Amino acid sequence: MAIWADKNTKVIVQGITGREGTFHAIQCRDYGTQVVGGVTPGKGGTTHEGFPVFNSVREAREKAGASCSLIFVPPPFAADAVMESADAGVELIVCITEGIPVNDMMRAHDFLKKSNARAVAEGRSPSRLIGPNCPGIITPGQAKIGIMPGHIHSPGPVGIVSRSGTLTYEAVGQTRHIGQSTAVGIGGDPLPGTNFIDCLAAFQADPATEAIIMIGEIGGSAEEEGAAFVKAHVTKPVVAFIAGQTAPPGRRMGHAGAIISGGKGTAAEKMAALEAAGIHVVKAPSDMGKRVSEVMGR
Amino acid sequence: MKVHEYQAKEILRRYGVPTPRGIVVDSPEDARAAAKQLGGRVVVKAQIHAGGRGKGGGVKLAKDADEAADLTKKMIGMTLVTHQTGPEGREVRKVLIEEALNIDRELYLGITLDRRIGMPVVMASQQGGMEIEEVAARDPKAIHREPIDAVLGVQGFQARAVANALGLTGDAYKKCVDFMQKLMRAYIETDASLAEINPLLLTKEGDVLALDCKMNFDDNALFRHKDIVEMRDLNEEDPLEVEASKFGLNYIKLDGNVGCMVNGAGLAMATMDIIKLAGGEPANFLDVGGGASAEQVKNAFRIILSDKNVKAILINIFGGIMRGDRIAEGVVSASREIGLPVPVVVRLEGTNVELGKEILAKSGLPLITADGMGDAAAKVVAAAQGK
Repeated sequence: MAIWADKNTKVIVQGITGREGTFHAIQCRDYGTQVVGGVTPGKGGTTHEGFPVFNSVREAREKAGASCSLIFVPPPFAADAVMESADAGVELIVCITEGIPVNDMMRAHDFLKKSNARAVAEGRSPSRLIGPNCPGIITPGQAKIGIMPGHIHSPGPVGIVSRSGTLTYEAVGQTRHIGQSTAVGIGGDPLPGTNFIDCLAAFQADPATEAIIMIGEIGGSAEEEGAAFVKAHVTKPVVAFIAGQTAPPGRRMGHAGAIISGGKGTAAEKMAALEAAGIHVVKAPSDMGKRVSEVMGR
Repeated sequence: MKVHEYQAKEILRRYGVPTPRGIVVDSPEDARAAAKQLGGRVVVKAQIHAGGRGKGGGVKLAKDADEAADLTKKMIGMTLVTHQTGPEGREVRKVLIEEALNIDRELYLGITLDRRIGMPVVMASQQGGMEIEEVAARDPKAIHREPIDAVLGVQGFQARAVANALGLTGDAYKKCVDFMQKLMRAYIETDASLAEINPLLLTKEGDVLALDCKMNFDDNALFRHKDIVEMRDLNEEDPLEVEASKFGLNYIKLDGNVGCMVNGAGLAMATMDIIKLAGGEPANFLDVGGGASAEQVKNAFRIILSDKNVKAILINIFGGIMRGDRIAEGVVSASREIGLPVPVVVRLEGTNVELGKEILAKSGLPLITADGMGDAAAKVVAAAQGK
């Protein structure tokens, strides 16, 4: 067991003929992920690096049975790619693209909400969007759907959820000796498709996950909302780190979502909320693995 | 991206949002002419990208054109310090000469993204002219919040609720409803991330105008707003940050002495945090991004080193997309080309890390290698302290 992605997940890559799309489609396939093809409008019917190319997501879903799409489409067209996947009924949409305008994502979320309502009414599965601006999702030993270095992962009981890509790798690197059930990068944008609560709920329900690492950063209130959820619904131990303890207010720290504005969204506030919810908060990013070992007793 | 008040008002006017008549100038002569054109009695407003200008002496009333010229002469070239500029302040290069209006009431109207609900929210308060954060802290009930569906736009009942919350009646009420709808259109269509009208002015004559206006824009949407990009004022930005952005590097200067080069925004923040925990102070935030080339590493090096406070550099790379060997090659060639005026600690992890470490070791350069973030932070802080 794991969450959302496993060896049966059939992935298509949107933007497969681009540089990034090509490189990562191959990397995912090499890891063992079932990459069943790609989509590049106008190049349907050809093959690219051994992958069948389709003109549309709908066609890829019908002909190759894709249940997941991995998006590498450039920012001006990425929201459209998300909506196309949702419209085609793809269950898991992983959007790697960084730099999508907030207004475009608002429209995409609106579209998703409506198409999911339709899917549920018609007895189909709704779509889950992970990202944008994220490294993707990996269930070690089963499926890597994203841009993370596969070789640092090992199967095990730690579930990881993070707003930051490279900090996810850091947490994975530090839990090498225990292993991970699934690691999800939810992305650094202000409006992520999947949030902490979604991941925490899924990890709580997943029998393969015994402990959770949650990595947040300054800006917004997603960590505080996650903390409230943990307090009410999560019985598994949770270890957390918040990046940006030294970040000055009013400056956007790389991620569009990482900004302390109007005195809100500071690391100190978030750490206090997490601690109050019974979460094991570490101050140093280098202590995540050690702490999870301690709380798990292994 | 931020723009000046006069530019924000220019944008508002395109959408029919009422603003006072005004002319932007950069000399006393032009100020005199502008004031004459506007009827003599004017307000002279320093144009910098920071709030709190009034308290800092950057907004002054002039009774006639001569006084407007005098005030302009004093303001141009002065360093204006407000609570938002930091102690170093900002140099005033332009002033906005604006008609003086008869103030009845000063209100507040702002639009920004509410991340929790994923929608823009209009904030309205009768307590205009002061920082909304202050109002929120002192009297949160004094702020009316109206979430707006960005796809549908502002509905009539929503604009009416805002006008009601502002305590307006009669003609002013109708004008406010119209103002609200136009402002929301401007906010959505320009991909703004903030539109703040503070104060929103009700004149004794019953007009509703944007007396001050602050607009910020979504950087990710600038590709479709060439006109707004042209409004960018590089004088308002740190020259090193501007230089870095040319190379696709995300650099923010800070006050410490430990330079940082990291891939990924989260890891870059975490690296700053761990330097602080190890007893040091980070000199900067620098994210080299996902697919940085050797050339980019070189530029990052140069930019970090042009901050003379830097006494040591920590390179912390966890390669995903970015391969360790590529980073290592970049570090080696940059070190050879620029030299190593300060100690450099390198911590590499991830894809092709062994290859990367080998390149560093074979280079013969006095690079200090580290295992893990904790070790790297301890080493770089010690190096910065000359130990």
